[in-house]
Amino acid sequence: MTTTATPLDVVALREDFPILARTVREGKRLVYLDSGATSQRPTQVLDAERRFLETSNAAVHRGAHQLAEEATDAYESARARIADFIGATPDELVFTKNATEGVNLVAYAMGNAATAGPEAARFLVGPGDEILITEMEHHANLVPWQQLCLRTGATLRWFGVTDEGRLDLSTLDELVTPRTKVIAFTHQSNVLGTVNPVAELVAAARRVGALTVLDACQSVPHSKVDFHALGVDFAVFSGHKMLAPSGIGVLYGRRELLEALPPFLTGGSMIEMVHMAKSTFAPPPQRFEAGVPMTSQAIGLGAAVDYLSAVGMDRVAAHEHLLTEAALAGLGEIRGVRIIGPTSAVDRGGAVSFDIEGVHAHDAGQVLDSLGIAVRVGHHCAWPLHRRLGVQASVRASFYLYNDLDEVTALLDGVREAQRFFGAG
Amino acid sequence: MQLQQMYQEIILDHYKNPHGRGLRDPYDAESFQVNPTCGDEVTLRVKLDGETVADVSYDGQGCSISQASTSVLTDLVIGKSVGEAFKKFDAFVELMQSRGTLEPDEDVLEDGIAFAGVSKYPARVKCALLGWMAFKDAVARSEGAKA
Repeated sequence: MTTTATPLDVVALREDFPILARTVREGKRLVYLDSGATSQRPTQVLDAERRFLETSNAAVHRGAHQLAEEATDAYESARARIADFIGATPDELVFTKNATEGVNLVAYAMGNAATAGPEAARFLVGPGDEILITEMEHHANLVPWQQLCLRTGATLRWFGVTDEGRLDLSTLDELVTPRTKVIAFTHQSNVLGTVNPVAELVAAARRVGALTVLDACQSVPHSKVDFHALGVDFAVFSGHKMLAPSGIGVLYGRRELLEALPPFLTGGSMIEMVHMAKSTFAPPPQRFEAGVPMTSQAIGLGAAVDYLSAVGMDRVAAHEHLLTEAALAGLGEIRGVRIIGPTSAVDRGGAVSFDIEGVHAHDAGQVLDSLGIAVRVGHHCAWPLHRRLGVQASVRASFYLYNDLDEVTALLDGVREAQRFFGAG
Repeated sequence: MQLQQMYQEIILDHYKNPHGRGLRDPYDAESFQVNPTCGDEVTLRVKLDGETVADVSYDGQGCSISQASTSVLTDLVIGKSVGEAFKKFDAFVELMQSRGTLEPDEDVLEDGIAFAGVSKYPARVKCALLGWMAFKDAVARSEGAKA
């Protein structure tokens, strides 16, 4: 058990991240506030990948030579440690390219239920059925469901968002009906920081027999998440947002569901028997991992999980909470700055988006960049949400364990500088 | 300093006091262009009078670069022949793709030369070209409609 009271030693921790020591734009110290887009990797993760490639690299789950055996062990050991990290069992964890692929996997596999056996009947969707999402979704948890509806004739519906950037659950009873087949929603908004009430949505889904799909991209990297305790049916997250390499993500699925779910991608290593005219499929998770999988990336994600566990996720969350509070308070004091999302750090993570009156987000980002501060500008792959909140584009600062209060101060100074430069505020 | 290099006074002037802004009638064709990474958008209308660009009008939402470059565009092409306008188009696109290595010709691009600094920032080149792409598209539509 880690002690929640012990603050992070950010100075020591930053030593693990070589990239944070570099300068940008003519000698400016890098202030990296874009971990919501992708995080930086510690040497421990880079070393684990390199060590694997230098000693044990081979195609996993095929071949009987020593390297194949070691590579398979390393790959499956990573799976087991990652499963443990998120409160799941190894056979409930499917490796994907990223979270986007995870959502698509579920949506396409559901579309394949029509041509699968009777065990897949619970995944069938068609005319008259409804897929329920939210207006705050990242495009990755929105477009795949639009497409599933197009393919099957099902109807897409969604929860609205309040002006403060919380989920509007006043329409819950109206929206969640026996027609609802899936409720797909984000755990923590990548724009607003809003943490959604998973328990309430899971309970509503269960009342009508709908499946739940949780986008956990912004929660798993930043706090202790236990999928069994949350009770969701499926969940996805990406490795690169949690200190791991890109090209590796996770789909979690409750065991009985993965066992009944038809495959999405088919081919090598996901089969049980192949004949010229037909095939049968391997049990999960292999059924959903067609082809030689990404291996060093999975090992990298295993190392990232080890790193985060050693630091302690409750300490990571407490640290980011501190930075978020400081950012919200500081931005709130600057005239002309509107925070997009809850202005208090309650049920809220460390993505802080804002609009500066009279300064377009792109221009603000350019000023911040000239000061060495890396933020995200645009709609952050949540265009409908921006439209709903009446902003064309916003600036987003997102924090991680390696950020400190000085960097929050640098951000606030940068925002004032952007206002000065464009004669706003 | 880098920032001033990019945001030349000319650009900020056009941003704060845009030329030719507001959609006008009559027009032959309209083009709507959007930058999917940031949501910046422009709607641009073209009126041709024979071989002459009689009017270009536009409305849009976007950063200083996209708004200013569209403003400059209207100054450069209104009253010119389609051929001349496309010469300027080609010169501007070439400048924007030069990553800061090109010395722009002021006789051709006039205020457009202020965007030379923007070309050093690949992420912003799309902003600068948004209105120009709308112009190219709208002219093609006008000519298509008349053909």
